[in-house]
Amino acid sequence: MAPQLGAEFPGLGIASVTLDGGPGKSPEDVRRRLRDLSDRFYGSHAIHLRERPVPWAYRVFFRQIGLDPDRTRTPIEQLALERLQDGAFKSRGLPNDALSIAIVETGVALRAFDGDQVGRLCIRDTGPGESLPEEGGELAQGTLVIADERGPIGRLFGERTDWSGIERLSRRVTVAAVQVNGVPQIAVDEALWIAAELIDPPADS
Amino acid sequence: MSDLLVKGTPLPLTVDGDERLARAELRRQIGRLEYQLSRLVAEAFPRLEIDSGVAAVAVEPRALGLGELELVRDRLAGRIADAREALASRDELETANRELRDDMLAKPADHKWLRISRADVGEPGCGHWHSRPRFGVLGMLMGWWRVKISSGCPL
Repeated sequence: MAPQLGAEFPGLGIASVTLDGGPGKSPEDVRRRLRDLSDRFYGSHAIHLRERPVPWAYRVFFRQIGLDPDRTRTPIEQLALERLQDGAFKSRGLPNDALSIAIVETGVALRAFDGDQVGRLCIRDTGPGESLPEEGGELAQGTLVIADERGPIGRLFGERTDWSGIERLSRRVTVAAVQVNGVPQIAVDEALWIAAELIDPPADS
Repeated sequence: MSDLLVKGTPLPLTVDGDERLARAELRRQIGRLEYQLSRLVAEAFPRLEIDSGVAAVAVEPRALGLGELELVRDRLAGRIADAREALASRDELETANRELRDDMLAKPADHKWLRISRADVGEPGCGHWHSRPRFGVLGMLMGWWRVKISSGCPL
């Protein structure tokens, strides 16, 4: 975390875990878990979601960084919307399904990158002339991004549009959790643990 | 007296202050207002759809300045005021409809053909109360009116 951002946004942080596992069709137990989650999630849940502490914390943070969470949706609210529109949490393969399950279970914002293409992740604001991978234009100075040692790799909460590096041949996945003020550490740990267990299940499971 | 005058010399007013503290306070206010708005949205559901959208002040995510944070706070406060007004109007309308329904139940002939749904009185479900003549045209000619209560949502 860049120090000036840490001072400006106490509680903001990023935690990540790199796992063995590439993209592909989700195994049956993951798809069943998605179906079970769909059965437990109704329209009224979506409405009352924003009153729960963790989803509320992300809505507040979106407001604080200039985004409207009713237009640029928080990860949990985006999934809730898709659940209502599609009638279920649709399987989109791994690692997406693992992230969806962990996000719905905990409310924590997660995103995935190709583990072999990213280094140590941090959150910082951009300097002049910086751009994102596979994007031509420069980012406006001061844009909040997730970055590694080489430079920005994605806008903060830009998971729906930005590069992830994950391709058919990817063999490792880095799952990153963005923590904001009001999101307890235990929720972040649980989100990463759920995602890790589904992407790279323990040998004895 | 001279001692008092020296001690009383005003210090220069610090106008810049620590803006970070002001921004932190604005962020706290935004959090509180967001919670109030979320409560109102949830309270209104499903009777009333409240627009909780507050126009984004930035194209990309970034640390907002004091003026921008004030703008977000003021827009949120405006949304909350609109939401409270809309909810109060809705409550008034539903109260009036409930009174009308009770009057219709007591005197069906005074409210011929009037139909009030559960949604009109702020109740869940699809049923309605309908003032209709008993025995069709005969009842209409004879003034035999009654309130028919529908059973609920169609399958």
